[in-house]
Amino acid sequence: MTGKSRGAIELSLASFVDALQHAFDSEELATKKGLLQSIDPRVKILAIMPLIVIAALTRRLQVVFLLFAVAIAIAWLSKVSLGTLAKRVWLAVLMFTGFISLPALFLTPGRAIYSLPALGWGITLQGLRAAVNLVMRAETAATFSVLLALCTPWSSLLKALRVLRMPVVLVVVLGMTYRYIFLLLRTAHHMFESRKSRLVGQLERPELRRMATASAGVLMSKSIQLSGDVYLAMRSRGFAGEVYVLDEFRTGWFDWIMLTLFAAIAVIALWFGRW
Amino acid sequence: MIPVFEARDVTYSYNDVTALDGLNLTIMRGQRIVLLGANGSGKSTLLGILDGLHFPQKGGVEFCGAPLTEDRLQTKEVEFDFRRRVALVFQNPDVQLFNPTVFDEVAFGPLQMRWPKEQIRWRVAEILDEMEIAHLKDRSPHHLSTGEKKRVALASVLILDPEVLLLDEPTAALDPKSESQMIDFLASCSGGRKTVVTATHDLDLVEDIADSCRVFERGRIVAAGTPAEILNDHALLLQTSLIHAHRHAHASGELHSHPHRHGHGH
Repeated sequence: MTGKSRGAIELSLASFVDALQHAFDSEELATKKGLLQSIDPRVKILAIMPLIVIAALTRRLQVVFLLFAVAIAIAWLSKVSLGTLAKRVWLAVLMFTGFISLPALFLTPGRAIYSLPALGWGITLQGLRAAVNLVMRAETAATFSVLLALCTPWSSLLKALRVLRMPVVLVVVLGMTYRYIFLLLRTAHHMFESRKSRLVGQLERPELRRMATASAGVLMSKSIQLSGDVYLAMRSRGFAGEVYVLDEFRTGWFDWIMLTLFAAIAVIALWFGRW
Repeated sequence: MIPVFEARDVTYSYNDVTALDGLNLTIMRGQRIVLLGANGSGKSTLLGILDGLHFPQKGGVEFCGAPLTEDRLQTKEVEFDFRRRVALVFQNPDVQLFNPTVFDEVAFGPLQMRWPKEQIRWRVAEILDEMEIAHLKDRSPHHLSTGEKKRVALASVLILDPEVLLLDEPTAALDPKSESQMIDFLASCSGGRKTVVTATHDLDLVEDIADSCRVFERGRIVAAGTPAEILNDHALLLQTSLIHAHRHAHASGELHSHPHRHGHGH
């Protein structure tokens, strides 16, 4: 196999494996004995959602930094490493939000603090503050969100969202999506592996595109067949159009103490960030 | 005594392919029947019809004396009653396990039957213990082995304590240990406690799990009898592709070819 054809197939295989491993690692984190993992999922949502909103809306950068520090402390207590957060949240948010806030560095009127050598564009202090503000809000809000997702099994998180009046049908549909996305990822993985094991010689780009299109078509066809069979399996067990969920959540004194603590942090952040 | 199922002249086709061709079958309460046949002989299609998922283009099926039709099953009370009493375990467990966790999967049936929630929680815990899969309660199906998936699939239907169990290739893709556990379970359904209809092409199961066999070929039943009668009819088994003949050697070194099936001591 030449570099061209090998690259596309190897990359695809690697991405499938990464996705499966990524999901597996996330589920492992959710079962560790840490702070967030010990809290009832509904209480977690009620505790963390206000912090996300406050991080996004507060007027003072110092409050954003304080909330970011709280997020890092929670991560440490929940056995989530800073490396994990950096890989899954901070780098991606920095790249995306940093790119969006780049023009603000040069376009915001104010005192110039630095000038780009070749272009002569001036970075203003006010522009820098605005960019840092935007990036830090995004980082803090994303960190809280990802911590919530990493420290809660996905199925529990979906059910717990009922506390925010999320419709049951959405909970069930997302749960089934989560269930079958792994099956389809594995199927795609196996398809590409079988292709790789039978490939000799060189594949040109048009052939690679045809291969990718054909694979997508086969996967779509399998998905449609599977969805029909799953519907029959649901009917076989009494499904008649209505969906229900059953949770095993039980709140205890620890949950209420944590909720009170998080509420206190939120109130303090709200108070100091109101100007 | 009214039969549990009475299929008369049942014909079913997928587009231009005839899966069942004028099939007649009577299943009495408490019977353990094995539907034997090669792949594509119509066994799974029949199970789907007996489970009220497909409806024949010709002929009809009765369940406990009442017609099993699409119109009747659209009545909520009739459908609830039927679904509680008849359960199908699909060949592919990935089709049957559509919930995010084992707990959700086993609770699905009782939730549809509108059982009280506390009763569901208690009964789910009980059935998981009985099937020795309590440790898998919070696991996602994609983290289960094939044997574990099949046990969860079985638990998800047994929780409703159905009168009739329809099993499609229950031992397919199982390792020997899981297979023997499945056979033990099927054997324990003897004594008339449940009516069990098993579709398989695995001849090694038959004597342990069945009182009676029906042999399928191209959508029709071509033979009926006890397990001993069917398993001793090599010509029938060869004709219906349930056994094969190829050159092989015995321990003595003799090389020959004759109809046989692979098992211990051959």
